Formats: sequence, C-alpha cells, structure tokens
Amino acid sequence: MTHATGFMGEDDVNCEIRDEHGTAVVSLVGDVDLESSPKVRAALLDCVGTRRAVLVEMSGVSYIDSSGVASLVEAFQLARKSKTRFALAAPSDAARRVLELARLDKVFNIYASLAEGLRAPDAEP
Amino acid sequence: MAEALNSGDEPAACAELAGDRILELRVTARPKRLRVVRAAVEQAARLVGCSGRVAGDIVIAVDEACQNVIRHAYRGDPDGEIVLDIRSDGECIGIDLIDFAAPVDVASVRPRPIDELRPGGLGTHFIRECMDEVFFGAPPCGAGNRLRMIRRIE
Repeated sequence: MTHATGFMGEDDVNCEIRDEHGTAVVSLVGDVDLESSPKVRAALLDCVGTRRAVLVEMSGVSYIDSSGVASLVEAFQLARKSKTRFALAAPSDAARRVLELARLDKVFNIYASLAEGLRAPDAEP
Repeated sequence: MAEALNSGDEPAACAELAGDRILELRVTARPKRLRVVRAAVEQAARLVGCSGRVAGDIVIAVDEACQNVIRHAYRGDPDGEIVLDIRSDGECIGIDLIDFAAPVDVASVRPRPIDELRPGGLGTHFIRECMDEVFFGAPPCGAGNRLRMIRRIE
C-alpha cells in the first residue's frame, strides 16, 4: 500500500515522502540547489532518523548541485551509522552526471528504477 | 593536496575575453537568482553550438562558482553584485564571473581530495572537472575578483 506521509513546499523542489512496504520513498522533483537543498537535507535526515530504509527517487531531478550532493552524503553516512539502508533510484541524466563528477556513482547503491530498488534483495526488512 | 586554481599567490594577468559578447548578466548574490543564471548560461552555451552535455557542464561550473561568491566572497550579503560576461570566438566559450567583494586568497582556492567521503567541499572540484581552463584573473577596475572559465565548444 502506498500513502503520502509528507509533502514539502513548491518553489524549486518538491520533496514527497511516502511509505512503500516499510521503505520510505523520497521523491525529489525539480532543482536541488543552494536555495532548496536545506529542505531536501531535512527530509532525508528525518527519514533516516526513523531507522526505516530510505530510497531516494531522482527521476524528476532537473538539476542538483554540490549542496544537494552533500545532503545525500550526509544522509548516507547517518544511515550507515544506524545500519539502515539508503539507496538512490532512477537518477535523471542531470543527477547521474553530478553523481559521476563527485565519484559517488560507485559509492551509493543506485537502481535503474524505483521498482528495482524496492525489490532489491537488500530491501528486505 | 589538490592543485590550487592559480599557480601563484596572485590573480593571473588576463586580457579581455576573446570573441563576441553573447551575454552580460548582473544579479544580486542571492541563492534564488541562481535559477535565472543557470537558465541564461544554458541558453548562451547552446546558442554558440555546445551540445546539451557540454552546456550542462558549463551550467554546473557557473552555478558552483556563483555559490562560492555568495557563500565565501560576499559571506551571505544579499546585496552584493555578481556580473557574468560570456563570450565566444567560435571555438571556445569563455565566462568571466566578476564580484565586488574583498579579494580572495587565490592560493587557498583548490578542490578537496575527491576520495574523502564527506558532505561539502565539492564545488571547486566540479568547476575544474566541467571546464577546460579555470583561474582567477586580475579583476577589472573597481571589482574584487574575476574567475575566468573556458570550455571548448563541442
């Protein structure tokens, strides 16, 4: 069952959080930049703080800068400390390029689609 | 330690950018203005013949450079001004990013080691990766800093 559990403002980025069978799916849509990345950071850290698995759906990311990448890294590190899962799904070309520039495409678990991320073996509770 | 953008302690001597002026843009140093800057830079890059991928890289570099000005040169002062001068000679696209803040210590501006997994500090690395040439040039009269970025058109 899917239901929305949170929704954040509508300027540069929309950040929708929903539960998918125990995994918090964070869907980012729009530009994740210096203006909007604090909202994304707060949402990611909140989700990781609940000790649920977190899957960040990035197909709608039209732009992400170094501050957005820093938010992903911070959430990833917190998840690793908490021994919870943190992964990315369906990065847009723009997002993938920046992850490559940051050499993070080899650090994060990145799934080609949201469905693939949800059914991956490490998604099991 | 990664190399600084400039080889010495001083901004490099630099002539005006070569080629025709494609765009001159003046914005205040506010994060909300970055969206406008990105859109304008992408259009300018496409106009001179850059592919979508190269235009995207130039947008990343300029956006990160503007962020550095907002955060480090103006230290969040929203009334500081940023001027972008974009020119092209048909082979390359050149961008001068000019601010009116206190001069930065050019020897200290360098990318951090990329193999360290930690949040932050990637902006200068992105700029260097996305452009062919990046350095602080002597600022025009009355300005504080000039960052010059050049990318071959492909």
